[in-house]
Order: sequence, then structure tokens, then C-alpha cells
Amino acid sequence: MTVYSAPGTPGSLVTFKPRYEHWIGGEWVPPVKGQYFEDISPVNGKPFTEVARGTAEDIDVALDAAHKAAPAWGKTTAAERAAVLNKIADRIEANLEMLAVAETWDNGKSIREPLNADLPLAADHFRYFASLIRAQEGEFTQIDNNTVAYHFAEPLGVVGQIIPWNFPILMAVWKLAPALAGGNTVVLKPAEQTPVSILVLIELLADILPPGVVNVVNGFGVEAGKPLASSPRIRKIAFTGETTTGRLILQYASANIIPSTVELGGKSPNIVFESVADRHDAFYDKAQEGFTLFAFNQGEVCTCPSRSLIQASIYDSFLGDAIERTRKARQGNPLDTDTQVGAQASNDQLEKILSYIDIGKQEGAKLLLGGDRVDLGGDLTDGYYVAPTIFEGQNKMRIFQEEIFGPVVAVTSFTDYDNAISLANDTLYGLGAGVWSRNGNEAYRAGRDIQAGRVWVNNYHAYPAGAAFGGYKSSGIGRENNKLALDHYQQTKNLLVSYSETAQGFF
Amino acid sequence: MDGTGAAVVASITIEGETQPRVALTASAVELLRQLWEQHGPLMFHQSGGCCDGSSPMCYPLGDFITGDSDILLGELEIGDARGEGAASPDSRSIPFYMSREQFEYWKHTFLTVDVVPGRGSGFSLEGPEGKRFLIRSTLIDA
Repeated sequence: MTVYSAPGTPGSLVTFKPRYEHWIGGEWVPPVKGQYFEDISPVNGKPFTEVARGTAEDIDVALDAAHKAAPAWGKTTAAERAAVLNKIADRIEANLEMLAVAETWDNGKSIREPLNADLPLAADHFRYFASLIRAQEGEFTQIDNNTVAYHFAEPLGVVGQIIPWNFPILMAVWKLAPALAGGNTVVLKPAEQTPVSILVLIELLADILPPGVVNVVNGFGVEAGKPLASSPRIRKIAFTGETTTGRLILQYASANIIPSTVELGGKSPNIVFESVADRHDAFYDKAQEGFTLFAFNQGEVCTCPSRSLIQASIYDSFLGDAIERTRKARQGNPLDTDTQVGAQASNDQLEKILSYIDIGKQEGAKLLLGGDRVDLGGDLTDGYYVAPTIFEGQNKMRIFQEEIFGPVVAVTSFTDYDNAISLANDTLYGLGAGVWSRNGNEAYRAGRDIQAGRVWVNNYHAYPAGAAFGGYKSSGIGRENNKLALDHYQQTKNLLVSYSETAQGFF
Repeated sequence: MDGTGAAVVASITIEGETQPRVALTASAVELLRQLWEQHGPLMFHQSGGCCDGSSPMCYPLGDFITGDSDILLGELEIGDARGEGAASPDSRSIPFYMSREQFEYWKHTFLTVDVVPGRGSGFSLEGPEGKRFLIRSTLIDA
């Protein structure tokens, strides 16, 4: 067990500056209008630094820097860009603990997650895209004996990226790595709830990334995100968030005729078939953990397994065991490596979760565990903690249909395979899903029948680089975490070349 | 049925319906009056999905393009610039929209727009004010 010292106290691995400006052109740049906002740590509900409050003017300055850097960066060789990405990965690993403390303090998550998941995945993600770009080959087609069509993957140019607050560094990396590998320069707008950890990382990379290749402008969505997303000076906009803003971003993209990738969340079903309970062995234990993963990252995951569908024949026993397992989840100081459930990312997120617990009760869902805000006392008394919460109800209830984005799972039973698939697909969304079965045929069929972009079979919440991630239905457009993401950051140049001296014969 | 602590109840805009569906708390009315002064006419579109999903997003009227895929749940009257209530001939009206597919899952609930301390909610106008609109829901027969 390790308890990391809180930032601002002796022995802390990270020392935040009292104030953060924008990161533009490889240096700190004050906001044009001179305004800042407080960054509050969800761990204790207190402000710990202030951050530049960007506006359209700052976005323009950042776009200037990105446009200035784009021609040279776009002409670097794949080997050069791969080397840069690999160096970034090494730098993340060399500073893993410091970055983990920064991430936990900014976001509230239990530190075991950035130590063991977010940051190792971020480093590996850069290496994955380094290898992809290094190994990328153009294609050519011999049209006839004297005509060849050559296809080159070229950068888009300057791209805009808007990052969510649930995995501030990892979600930025999911977007940055393919953009940089593809030869683009970036203006990135972090979430206003978690503006600082990305800046801690980007400052570490100052000697690796050429100035202007990555520019970070903080601020509120309406003041900084909107001018970025609607700018005619970007060639692509990427966004992770919710559906209304997703639609707005697609609107802006249509006005500028640029591509947009949007990842908009879901309400992921996690199906447990009866064969899981045939034996109480290691696999049963794994499936039990698969249920409890709804509390991973405090439920603030787009693919949170927030709808548990359990076959009726094993419902009581499996759910009973799962409640006991969830009851044992350790909630406490996020900087303690033994803590499994930390703080929600913001006060308004806390309020939203509590409002959903209220509507769940009104709708007649049965509260089986949790259901309350938790006061951890001492320095943490004002932090945003919610007890892991289990509701039993039916699939038409709003707690079964909306992404609460908290440690709240809604559980119901199903009778047979068709009923399971019907319930699983009765949702607007289709980002993630889980299937648990000892019967390979059943698990395969279910995986194919569920309308979702990512179906975990006999596992959950794994995010390895290489596995495509993205939504069906209202969960969005595009794929990340896979070579498909590179396609979203490159455009195809076709050189159609004639090697013949003979005129075509039309004129 | 009014929502908890409703100060303004929306008009009925869905054909064939007889009960309102949306309301504002007094603090929501106050914040909307302030935002109207800053940004002009306003609209709401109810979000879904991840992160800040389930938040009512407040935009300058027309900034968000609605279409046949959306449903107007009601018009919210926040009174005129002199502080007169909804009865004023100059009362300012804010439409509240939701996507039709989402409405299918929400239609059994009455929505009250409230305000909580917070920050950031997509491109919603209240973000910089250190406040955030929040939906509180109560069951209705529908």
C-alpha cells in the first residue's frame, strides 16, 4: 500500500504552478483577454490552481501556431514521426507516478487506475501509432500497361480536438497519437473540469515536439470549444462527449465541409448467461468482477457496463454474490493505491448522479446497495464521493436508458437468448457491451447480434491499442484505438500517371 | 402536475396533449434572464449520452439546428426585460427541444430545469457563470 502525498503538501510528486497559461507554439502564452478560472480538485472540492480562460482570440493564436508548424511537420518522414511518438511514450513512462498524481488530483480517480491503466495505455498508444505509421505503405494500381494510379496518404493539415474529462490524459492521447502519426498539427481543447493534467504532460514534451505541433487552449465550451469547432481554419474536428454537443459539432463541420469524428457514449448492456454459474470457479469469479466493473473509474466511462442483464435461472444467486462483491469495493482517498473507488469529477456530476438515483427510486426501481453521497471526513469531507449503487428494475426505466456516468448499475433479468438480445438492443446507443458465457457458440452469436461497436466477450473494460473502438447508432461516428483511426487523420492523394507518349485521341 | 419548486411552467406544444412537460425553478428563471441579457433569445436542447449527457443545453436561439428528428416539449416564458412575468406582452419565450427518439424513453417524466454550482457543459451558455443547468425529473402518467 502506498499513499501518495497530496499536491501542495511536503513530498508530493507533482508541484502545480499557481497559474497555467495556454500552451501555444511550444511555450506558455497568456490569454488575450487576461482571464483565468479556478481548477477544483474533486478529491477535496477545493481550488488548487488557476487556468487560462480561452476565447476565440486565443483559438486564433493557437491556429496561427498550428498552421505555421503544419508544412514542416507534414513533410517529416514516417521514421521521424515514429521516433517522436516513441520518445513521447518513453517520457510518459519515465514520469508515470508524477503524471498519475496529477491526473488523480485533477479528475478524482483512484490512483491505481492512472498508474496501471490510463498512463501505461497512453504510452503504448503512442508506440502503436508509431509502429503503424512506420509500417504504412502506399498503394498503387496498374490501370493498364502504361497507366498507374498511385495512392499516397497525406495529412489533413491542422485539426481540432475536444477532450472529455473522464480520462483527461488518455482520451487526449487517443486523439493526439493518430493525428501526429498522420502528420497533422493540433489545437486541443481539454475539458474545463480537468484542464491541468494535460498541461503537465505537454510541458514534459517540450523538447520532443516541435513548437506549434500540439497547442493546448483551455476555457469553457461556449467560449473556446465553439470557436475551435466552428473555425474555417481546421480540416477536421474530433469530439468525445454527449449527443447534443455532438450534433452541434457535426453542424459546424457541415458548414465548413470538413470531416468530424464524434464519440457520444452509450448505455452498455452486460449480459450474463446461465452457464456462467455452472461452477463456482475462476471464470465465475471473473464474471463477478465483470459485473462490479460498473464502478471502475467511478462509472465515468462511456462504456460503463451500466445495464446488467442476468439470466433468470441464475439471477438471484449471481446478483446476490455480485452485491456482496460490490459491497467490498474500497472507497477512500484517491491517492491511496488500495482505494478502488475515488471521487466523481465535479460537483455538477455529483448532482446529476444523485438526481438519477432520485428518479430511479421514483420509477419504482429497487435500491439494493448504496444510493447516497459519501462523506469521507477529514480533508476529503467536501470531495465528490458516491457509494457504488445497485438498482433492480426494468429496461424501460430511465436509469436503464441514460448514461448516468456514475457508479450506478441497473439490473434486470432475461428469460432466454432472444429476450437477452432484445433487451440489450433496446437503447438509443451502441458503444459497448459485454457477454459472459461458457458456451462459445452462444457467446459468439450474442456478440454478433448486439448492435454495438465494441462487444467484450468474457471480459470487460479492456482498452488495448489495436482493438477498434467506436459507436453504432447514436453513439457516434468513427473508430479510435486502431489503424482505422489513422484513416480519420489522413486523406488520399491519387497520382494518376501515364507512361505513354500517345495522345488520348479526343481532340 | 408541476415539478418540484417550479416557478414557470411551459406551455403545451405537443398536439393532443393536455399536460405541460417542462418547468423552470426560480433560480433557473433568474439565470435565463441574465443569459438573455448577455446573448439574446435562447433555446434549450436536452442532451443524452456520455460525459455531460442528460444536461439541458442552452444556446442562442437558432444556433442549434432542430429538425423533424426533434420534438418541441414546450415554450418557457421568463417574463419581460422589466421583470414583469409571463403575462407581459413582451414576455420572452424559450423553446425546449429533445430528440424524438430520446423522448420515447423520457415521455413518462416531467422535467424541471434547475441550477447547481458547476462548470462546463458542452457549449451551453451558462458554463462560464460557474453554474450549470440540471434536470430534475418527476413521474407523470403519459
